[in-house]
Formats: sequence, structure tokens, C-alpha cells
Amino acid sequence: MKKVVALIMTACVAFGLMACSNSDKKDTTAANNETEAAGKDTEKAGGDEGGGSSDLIKVGIINNDPNESGYRTANDADLQKMFCKENGYDASFAYSLKNDEQIKYAQGFIQDEVDYLLLSAADTAGWDTVLQDAKNAGVKVILFDRTIDADPSLYEASIVSDMDKEGETAVNWLAGQGLSEYNVIHIQGVMGSAAQQGRSGALDKKVEAEANWNIVKQQTAEWNAEKAQQIVQSVIDSGTSFNVIYAENDDMAKGAVAALDAAGISHGVGKDVIVMGFDCNKWALEELLKQNWNYDGQCNPFQASYIDAIIKDLEAGKTPEKTIIMDEKGFDAATITQADVDNYGI
Amino acid sequence: MSNNDTKAPANKFLTVVKKVVSHQMFIPIMALLILAIVNLAFDPNFFKITLGKNNAGNPILSGPLITILDYGAETAILAIGMTLVTAAAGGQDISVGATIAIAGSAMLRVLCGTNPSPDTIQAPIIVAFLVACLVGMACGAFNGALVSFFKIQPMIATLILFTAGRSIAAWINLNKLPVVPDPKFAYFGGIIPGIPVPTPIFIMIACVLIMALILKFTNLGLYTQSVGINEKSAKLNGINPILIKFIAFVILGLCVAVAALIKVSRISTINYSVIAKDIEMDAILAVALGGNALSGGKFNMWASILGAYVFQFLTTTLYKFNIASSALPAYKATVVILLVFFSAPKVRETIGKGFKKLKESIGKSSKGAAGKASEGEA
Repeated sequence: MKKVVALIMTACVAFGLMACSNSDKKDTTAANNETEAAGKDTEKAGGDEGGGSSDLIKVGIINNDPNESGYRTANDADLQKMFCKENGYDASFAYSLKNDEQIKYAQGFIQDEVDYLLLSAADTAGWDTVLQDAKNAGVKVILFDRTIDADPSLYEASIVSDMDKEGETAVNWLAGQGLSEYNVIHIQGVMGSAAQQGRSGALDKKVEAEANWNIVKQQTAEWNAEKAQQIVQSVIDSGTSFNVIYAENDDMAKGAVAALDAAGISHGVGKDVIVMGFDCNKWALEELLKQNWNYDGQCNPFQASYIDAIIKDLEAGKTPEKTIIMDEKGFDAATITQADVDNYGI
Repeated sequence: MSNNDTKAPANKFLTVVKKVVSHQMFIPIMALLILAIVNLAFDPNFFKITLGKNNAGNPILSGPLITILDYGAETAILAIGMTLVTAAAGGQDISVGATIAIAGSAMLRVLCGTNPSPDTIQAPIIVAFLVACLVGMACGAFNGALVSFFKIQPMIATLILFTAGRSIAAWINLNKLPVVPDPKFAYFGGIIPGIPVPTPIFIMIACVLIMALILKFTNLGLYTQSVGINEKSAKLNGINPILIKFIAFVILGLCVAVAALIKVSRISTINYSVIAKDIEMDAILAVALGGNALSGGKFNMWASILGAYVFQFLTTTLYKFNIASSALPAYKATVVILLVFFSAPKVRETIGKGFKKLKESIGKSSKGAAGKASEGEA
């Protein structure tokens, strides 16, 4: 009995600590992957080793598990579509949410003598040795989606989302709505993740700077729709008035809207409460189209075309820029079109 | 005034206090009371329940109490099954969150087919729910088989689905995130038009009632306890421990399917990586907060259900006060550790002994303290 209680207590403390101190966890996607199973399967796409088609560019792609989130699924689908035989690539894919497994895959790809190693690292640290090996073997490394703590000379280029910019775009849009007073319910993602920090930072700065911007409630729902619903419900129950919901992803915005619906509070274009989300899920953009929500910020998962351009440049002997920040849009319900939903929904 | 006269009521009083304090329900009820008082102190309107209208124009009751009853429903339902598993197997199922994802995903697959956003549902909701029940029970049976037949530690056996469950859930729907188009599906996690009380409360009450009836009219409770207390002697008395453990896991699987219905219905869609996240810990804590021994044996279902609501009450209270997001888990952990500590059977026993000693010492020094004791009582 003692043992079991001790175990539970230890678990509680450990969970508490984990939740407090995961600031070094780079999570640019809109999903928490702590409990997510690690996808360990490697998959060969068009991998005829002795095919003899020497004009194909051989790439090894290491990504996070596509099950992790809608963002990752879209990201993986985009890469699969671009790096195929029709486009002149002989690509192998490997997936893991664990850094050590990813490093193992990287070593495998280097042994297979790929021309390019494309990497979305699970963790920022621990890549120096394997990237040095790659450099020695003449494998060119391109980072996408996530950066790592390694000497920039070890990779050719890195393609990243600027989370701070995403937050700023959204906050600027909100400021442009010209409300006399901003009473914001701020629903945060998993604390410490890159997406949370970028999206929270911009709002925090604005609230501090402007007298008529107030945060009614700032709480983490850990990317979880239902927790967001409970948080908004608790504000409604306490009778505090608010006119903006700033949710750091679409799921949480959806949960917040469910609470508003239940309480009979109108939301959307020209209504009582402005609803803002992030990530541009297709269903979320459809809510914008129906004018139920007001704004959705993009976190661009479509990096394949950028990578393709870099590889073309390198093949032509040009040196690409080291850090490439992708274009990210913010959609306004007043101006969004069906074409936007089809093109940018993930 | 003789000594006996004053000693007797003092002793009687202490005996009653001891009985109350060391009762299993004492800690959860005290915790609920303290939480209620704290809330009331900061917000006089805490118990106010108002009748309003939702955006669809249907009447709905709202207020903090309703919110707690509503959102605590899933944990309370899971606590029923978790109590049985704990009592029979002397271990916990840590896969319930992942199996909720699996059952929920199966439900959406039946409702939506292969199209993630169909215009109409492809099958009646009841069919989807029954499929989810089967899937939930199958997951429970898988865990149960590992634990009962193969005698694997419950936490290790359920680690398999805990790890793989959410990927399986994603695979069932081919990684798509289906959205159920039928507003009727939202009734289970919201309200049925015309009935202002949130449906999860009714579902929870129904589950509790069914379980109470089963425990009253079958030997399940008795058999489960005897298997948990001493497997060998239970076997010698003609009870099949393998079957009892297996049944406990299957019942938990059914609870999982019901919880999945509520969870998925709340937002009419699913997110495999975060749905019902950490709910297994909530359910296990509910069992512990109810003062049940996590090593199995005797159990009190009502205390577990109360424990689930203590936990939800705590969550809602913490949301209510403006506690910084990053500090929230620390607060929760502190309160939970305190509660689990005081509701641990060992601690309750020690407190009981303390009262016994106190009684004895009063008996000894009753000459001097007689006046004071009777004064204190008055």
C-alpha cells in the first residue's frame, strides 16, 4: 500500500514538474505530443536501390509522426507529394517523435549515401555529431519546420515558421477592429511550446502597452478543446464580461465557442464576442466562411516547395539563404473566400 | 457529580467523532465542503443557478455547480470501472484515455464513413454507440486477458494501449478529423432541447444507478473484494479470480465507451492526441481520493464517485481563481497529495488510534479534566 501511495505521489510531483518545466520542448505544432505514441516505422517510397536511375536526387526525410496533429499530417502529405519520382526525387521517409530514434534514422540515411537529408528535429539538442558525419560524407542537410542548436555551418538552410510574427499579425488584426475596450479571454497552448510563446508574447505585449486592453482570463488549455470549454465556462459562470476570445489553436477556439453557444452568447462577425483561432484547419476556415468566427492565423505546414527551390539552387551551384521564414497568412471572416478554404485549409 | 457521569458523554462524543473522522467518506466530503466554503467566500453567487437560453434558443441551467456536475461526469463514470479494476486486480488501468480515443474514433468512423465532413450521418447514432461499446469492451477484454490470464501487472499490461491507443485511434479514421454534421449528436455532451439540465449529468446518474443495482442484486461486489483481498482463498471458495478480474476490465471498457460518447459529443469531433488527455490519472486519483486502497480489496464505489467530483471541483475552482497557467499543475499536485495522504487507509487507521489514545488519556485524567470536558461539549 505504502509503495502504491508513494508511486502515485511521485507521479503527481513528476507530472507537476513536467508541466512546469517543459520550456525547452520545441513544439511548433498545435498538438501536445507527450502521450503520443512514437511512430517507429520507416517507409520507403520509391526506394528501388538498384534501380539505376542515377538522375534521380536521393533524399532522406526525417519527420515527426504524422499522427501527431492535423498540422503534421498536412506537412507530411505535402512532402510526400513533392518528393516523388515524377519530380525527380528518390525519397525515403522516416518518422519518430523521439530525438534518439531520429538520429539513428539519420545515420542510416548517411550510410545509404543520400544526397540530401531533410530534417524536422524532435528536439533541438544532440545533433552536432551526426550532422558532422553527414558533412564528412558529403550529405547536404536542410532543416525544415524546426531549428536545432547546432553550428549553422553544419546545414545548408533552415525553413521555419516565425511564431512571434504569427502572434503579431493576429494582434495587429485585432487592434484594427477598433473596439473601444478589449476584454480578452486568452486560452494558451501547452506552456513553453514555441507556438504558445510566440502567440502569447504578442498579446501580452499589447495588453501591457494599451490602457483599454485587459486580460479577463489567461489560462492554458493544453491545446485541448474541452479544457478550453471549461475555462470559458468558468468565466461565464463568474459573470465577468468579455468581448474577445484569443485561442492559440483552432481546437481550443472550438471548445470556447461551444461554451458560448451553451450560454447563449453571440459570436462572430458583428456579434458580441470576437473569436480568434490559429492553424487554419479546414473546418475552422469554414466557420470563418459562415461568419461564426472572426479570425484564423496560419501556421504554414507547406514547406515542400521551399525545400524544392533550395535543392534546385544547390544543384545549380547557388548558395541559398541560411534562414528562410515562410509566408504566413491571417484570415479575416469578412474577406475569406471558398478558394482560401480549399487552398489553405489543412 | 460522579466521575462516571462526565466520562461517559466525553467518551461517547469521542467515539462518534472517531467513527466520523475515520470513515472512508469523511475526507472526500470534507474536501467538498472546504472547496465549497472557499468558493463561497470569494464569490457569494457561487451556488446561484440561473435559467437561460442557449444560442439555439433552448432553455439551459447554468451556474458553477451545474458546470462541475456536467464536466465531472466522464471522470465519475470512469471512476466506477476503475474502482472495480483496482479492487479486483490490485492495480490500475492507465490506458483509459487512449481507449476513449479509440472508442470515440470508432464512433466517428461509423457516423461519418470515410468522408471527414459528410452532409448527413451515415448510420444511426445508437449503432455508432453500440460499436463504440464493443470496441471499448474489446480493449477492456484485451487488458483484462493480459492481467488475468497472463498475470501481467495491470499498469504494465495497460501500458501497451496507453502507448499505442492514440495512434490506433488515428488509424481508424485514416488520420482524418471527422466532424459530425447532425446536431442530435451534440445532445449527449450538451443538452436535449426542452430539458435544461446538461445530458452528461443524466448519463452519469444512469451509470451510477445501474452499478448500484448490480452491486445490490448480484455478488459481483463481494466476489471482487474477496479476489482483491486474497486470490487464493477466493479460489478455494469457488470463485474464479481470472473471470472476476476479466469482468472488471470489461466493465471499465464499457464505462470508457460511455465516457467517449460524452467527450466526443461535447465538440462533435475528435483530436486523437489530446482527447481525454490525462483522464486516467483523474480516474485513478478519484479512486484514491475516495479512500480506496490502490492495492485492491475492499472498495466503496460511492467514495470513488465523490472523489471524482472532488477532483472536478478542484479543477473548476483553480480555473476560477486567476492562477498563472504555468503554476496550475503545482497547485493541483499539492492539494491532491494532501487529500490522498489523508484519505489513505493507513493514515485513517493512525488517526483512529490517536483518538483511542486520547480517549484513554481523558479517562485517566478525568478527575481534573471532567469539568472542562463537559464544558467543551456544551
